[in-house]
Amino acid sequence: MSQMRVNQDLCTLCGACVEACPFAGVVMGEDSIEFTDSCRLCSICVKACPTGAIWLEKTAAGPSFDLKKYKGVLVFAEQRQGEIQPVTYELIGKGLEMAKQLGQDVAVCLAGSNVQTLAEDLLTYGVDKVYLYDYPELEYFRIEPYTAIMVDLVNEIKPNIILMGATPVGRSLAPRVAARLRTGLTADCTTLSVKENGDLVQTRPAFGGDVMAQIITPRHRPQMATVRYKVMPPAETVQPHGEIVHCKTDQAQLQSRITTLGFRPHQVASSITDAEIIVAAGRGIGKPEGLELLETFAGLIGGVVGTTRPLVEQGWANYNQQIGMSGRTVRPRLFIACGISGAIQLVAGMRGADTIFAINTDPDAPIFDVAHYGIVGDLYEVIPKLIAIIEEGGSLGAISQVG
Amino acid sequence: MHFIVCIKQVPEGTEVEIDEEKGILKREGVDSKLNVYDACALEAAVALKETYGGTVTVLSMGPLQAQDVIKEAYTLGADDGYLLSDRKFAGADTLATSYALSEAIRRLPPADVIFCGMQTTDGDTAQVGPGIAELLELPHASYVSKISGMEDGCIFVEADMGDGIEELRIGLPCLLTVTKDLNQPRLPSYKLKKATQNRKVNVWDSKALEGADPSHFGLDGSPTQVERIFPPPKAHSKELWQGSPDALGQKFYAKLKELKYL
Repeated sequence: MSQMRVNQDLCTLCGACVEACPFAGVVMGEDSIEFTDSCRLCSICVKACPTGAIWLEKTAAGPSFDLKKYKGVLVFAEQRQGEIQPVTYELIGKGLEMAKQLGQDVAVCLAGSNVQTLAEDLLTYGVDKVYLYDYPELEYFRIEPYTAIMVDLVNEIKPNIILMGATPVGRSLAPRVAARLRTGLTADCTTLSVKENGDLVQTRPAFGGDVMAQIITPRHRPQMATVRYKVMPPAETVQPHGEIVHCKTDQAQLQSRITTLGFRPHQVASSITDAEIIVAAGRGIGKPEGLELLETFAGLIGGVVGTTRPLVEQGWANYNQQIGMSGRTVRPRLFIACGISGAIQLVAGMRGADTIFAINTDPDAPIFDVAHYGIVGDLYEVIPKLIAIIEEGGSLGAISQVG
Repeated sequence: MHFIVCIKQVPEGTEVEIDEEKGILKREGVDSKLNVYDACALEAAVALKETYGGTVTVLSMGPLQAQDVIKEAYTLGADDGYLLSDRKFAGADTLATSYALSEAIRRLPPADVIFCGMQTTDGDTAQVGPGIAELLELPHASYVSKISGMEDGCIFVEADMGDGIEELRIGLPCLLTVTKDLNQPRLPSYKLKKATQNRKVNVWDSKALEGADPSHFGLDGSPTQVERIFPPPKAHSKELWQGSPDALGQKFYAKLKELKYL
């Protein structure tokens, strides 16, 4: 069993570790520091210790198999109602970049019913192979058959890396595939890169979204990651060179204890994911009426209103308006953050916006580190002013430029 | 009917300071609460119990203070509660967490439906629920936003798949992860609080999971490893404007105009 260890000769009982631990996992005892049941072995204390007295003693564990046998990148191409989900092209883009670096191939797994034309479409993004599972049973996403074919394919082609969209389907499927293969999976990666030895370096917000964590899967293959829509740029279309491989599976693999009885599409208007202009509200709005003001403002500039998690938790807004790691990732042309402090949890879901404005009364709010234009002020004073200027066609604003 | 609900104690606030030099974080006033999605999962289980009869067992993994969320679950209608707590479970990633929880579930009376919140507010991975389902070889549906009822060994649910609502019939036993749209959790009952104040929390250490593979527990059973943590990157170009509301409003307008958003 791995555990935190302390060199008592080096420890000066300074308490830096106790202060640094976010989990109360280390406490000051009688004559030495003590690790509690809350310790998560995260090693933050190791870095905090000024004398180098703490270290993580790891149980020696070698790879259970030859990591080098695993090569290339496999992208799960999610199709819904006969359409490839756009995150797929972004995963292919990242897959091609990493595979090129290692001189390896990018393959795509496509499952569905009557989806041959989608397989041909995927080839135009420059992938080497499309593994196609075309069965009536695969028309709708159902967890058991989709897991079964992914695992079969992985065992057959042994990819080094598997990328899936962090969509509802991907976030349901990926952990099952990972658990069956007993391998590592990192959710919602914001950046991905590959080392020369094939290790996938995955970065995501962690510990409640306050810091970024760099995560690796050193002793297991394949290495699995999910990535949200609009986090990475899509692959470009090229002259196809790859081939479609028609895959067979047996009936037993296609059985499911889930029956899809129906599907009701959401109104497209409810989606903030594809909005070009977003006015976002955070806890700083203070009262639900603030949302009405921002709705008015958004309406004037052709945008929609999104919110941070606390507003949804308080019941002021709907989950489908929520921006951030726990909600949706957005990449609009214009993002205006109103009363948002700027926890990474939120920032990870909007930092890809072309232009970011932020209004906050606190000049030290972290959102100002992300915003291109920071406005230190009260949104209840500034926004009504701005609305008045826009409504009057700029007559108040365009004339007098203020520095 | 037996319903098992997996719950987690999560930090309440996320006000955090980052020491940039050392790349470490300082969290102030770590208050804990029941993960909000788990509260909806518990509410769903208790509502089904009220309609169809049966019992609700809650299960958690964490340090001993996580007994608090199990006691809270008692005041919300749970009948029995188990906490997995052992240093051997520490440092678990989502796979090792799923493994320990699934092994605990194997040692409880067989469940008809296992509930989880769709994700936690501190990890946000949404991976543990599907992981448990896989290790127990059960069908699962994620993002359940409505439960219509149970009939003939099946449960009828709706799942919010982002682009629309899927209507599903799932054979029991199964695992469901639920969204906040599913229900409005009830408030803790004073009556239940009094009635359950002496009800104990069953604390299980790794020995209680005898027969499970200890190499799958905790950090050692976690394929993923955190290599380092660091503060988030900052924007390269930024301007900070201060001034009167009038001046700020005008400057804001002029910049939006200049960038052709107006």
